Amino acid sequence: MTEKKNIFDKMMTLDRRWVFLFLIVVCVATYAADFSIPINTEQETESIFNFLDSLPPDDIVLIAIDYDPNNLAELHPMTYAVVEHLWRKKVKVIFTSLSQLGPAMADQAIRDISDSLKIDKTYNYNGVEHNFKGREIVNGVDYTFLGYKPYYALIILGMGQDFRLNFPNDYYGTPLDDLPMMQGVINYDQVACVVDLSGGNITDAWISYGQGRFNFPLMLGLTGVMTAQYYPFLGSGQVSGIMGGLLGAAQYEELADNPGRAKDGMRVQLFAHYVIILFIVLGNIGYFMSRRKNLEGGN
Amino acid sequence: MEFTDFLWMTCGIFLTLATFSFLYKDNPFYKFAEHLVVGVSAGFFVIILWHNTLVPNLFQKLEDGDWYMLWLNSSEWWYIIPALLGVLMWTRFSKEYSWVSRWPMGLYIGISTGIAIPLEMANRVNKQLHAMMVEIDWANFFGADGFDLLSTTSGLAQLIIFLGTVAGLIYFFFSKEHKGVFGGVAKFGIWILMIGFGASFGYTVMARVSLFINRMQDTKAWGLEAFNANDIANPNYGSQYQIVFWALTLFVVGYIVKEIMQHLKSKNA
Repeated sequence: MTEKKNIFDKMMTLDRRWVFLFLIVVCVATYAADFSIPINTEQETESIFNFLDSLPPDDIVLIAIDYDPNNLAELHPMTYAVVEHLWRKKVKVIFTSLSQLGPAMADQAIRDISDSLKIDKTYNYNGVEHNFKGREIVNGVDYTFLGYKPYYALIILGMGQDFRLNFPNDYYGTPLDDLPMMQGVINYDQVACVVDLSGGNITDAWISYGQGRFNFPLMLGLTGVMTAQYYPFLGSGQVSGIMGGLLGAAQYEELADNPGRAKDGMRVQLFAHYVIILFIVLGNIGYFMSRRKNLEGGN
Repeated sequence: MEFTDFLWMTCGIFLTLATFSFLYKDNPFYKFAEHLVVGVSAGFFVIILWHNTLVPNLFQKLEDGDWYMLWLNSSEWWYIIPALLGVLMWTRFSKEYSWVSRWPMGLYIGISTGIAIPLEMANRVNKQLHAMMVEIDWANFFGADGFDLLSTTSGLAQLIIFLGTVAGLIYFFFSKEHKGVFGGVAKFGIWILMIGFGASFGYTVMARVSLFINRMQDTKAWGLEAFNANDIANPNYGSQYQIVFWALTLFVVGYIVKEIMQHLKSKNA
């Protein structure tokens, strides 16, 4: 005769598909219910925002779109939030993409943000109201997109000598010397900082071969999976700020008063985490109870 | 949105559902999506490498030479050397001559190592060691604002980083038995490691949920697009959007019903 299973035994043998189904139902229901949750910003993201916000017009920031479509969910909102913030302030941007599928990501972001900036908007951050007059974002004036080249470590080192070494032409085939904003821009010396938005180990190269060799301020936007392992570089001062996953993007959107897809997703994150924590607690209770039962049974 | 763009969007939604269907069980739709991703990525990568590497870094450099002169009359003829080294890599397919591929490999590894070692040592070892051994900030032991346990620059954080690093290293020191004080420190080390893994796990959960959120956002945008197209004021007015929307929806619902029926049938049998 088979022994009757108690609730803890059932918990331990629960088909994982029920967990998936429950999580999906919670996520869809939370997403369908249209409400927002407060976003608490952290020092790591604030330092990036404050640095970029302090830049005067016509300064140049290099943004490295080092991610593929599989990291789009977390990193695209960061790109949108950071670039829109910079262009609102008339800060110029050099885009690179050292990931194979990155140019398409960058191209899409540039087009979307350019469209978004055509209309007048009012932003309210740092307790001040900022009125933005819609304007046309012009290639070669407001931004330069260098495109993709393989062997990222060598490209990062090469750009430290001269951008033209690896990228004589921009992504669209125009020689860099023909672009107004690239006049007099030789290498990292003319760049206020580098923001690396990355879903892989290209970030390591930016730290070792970029910041370590040329000593520019480096800020990171990372996927959630990567974030924890880059905190030591924040402590050592090699990295000036970190945006971690969708939360980091939502914090930047909050700071720049520019709500986007990241903030829209945070209510789902909250309840999804409740579900995960609930299942972790239940799983642990089930484990310890069935272990106690086994010990009492002399097994 | 034009209808062709909407069709591409629909394709994306179908592939999303096909991929998520694996959570239930392996099936032909998932297999199709999986193979499509691998095939498209490989094909795209080859084209990107061709146009971004071989064309500008080799063919364009040698284009002023003549093929019957083996491009030796090109103004930048020395680009033939890396091209030849690249070709030698293909000898790996021959059992007899595969040793030749070691020449380009040796050169590549030699250059990479020469570049990497000094910079990696300086930035990933020395600077990290230096950061770990900073003087404890006793004046701001609990954070600069008086009491902030989450501060990464407080004296307490510096102390935890130092002790945690030492204890973590001791845990991996297996030449001495983990007993007594040494064992206690090693145990503290494994606790520190577990806290680190826990933080990584938490971020990983957030990353995975983010992917699902993104797909929900796109699915919502797709649904809205289908019904916005029904608006007569929309320049892309047309019923074909709804036809595609309902076709995919019915297909998905039909597949789910089929699976449920099959499941009930096998349970009753």
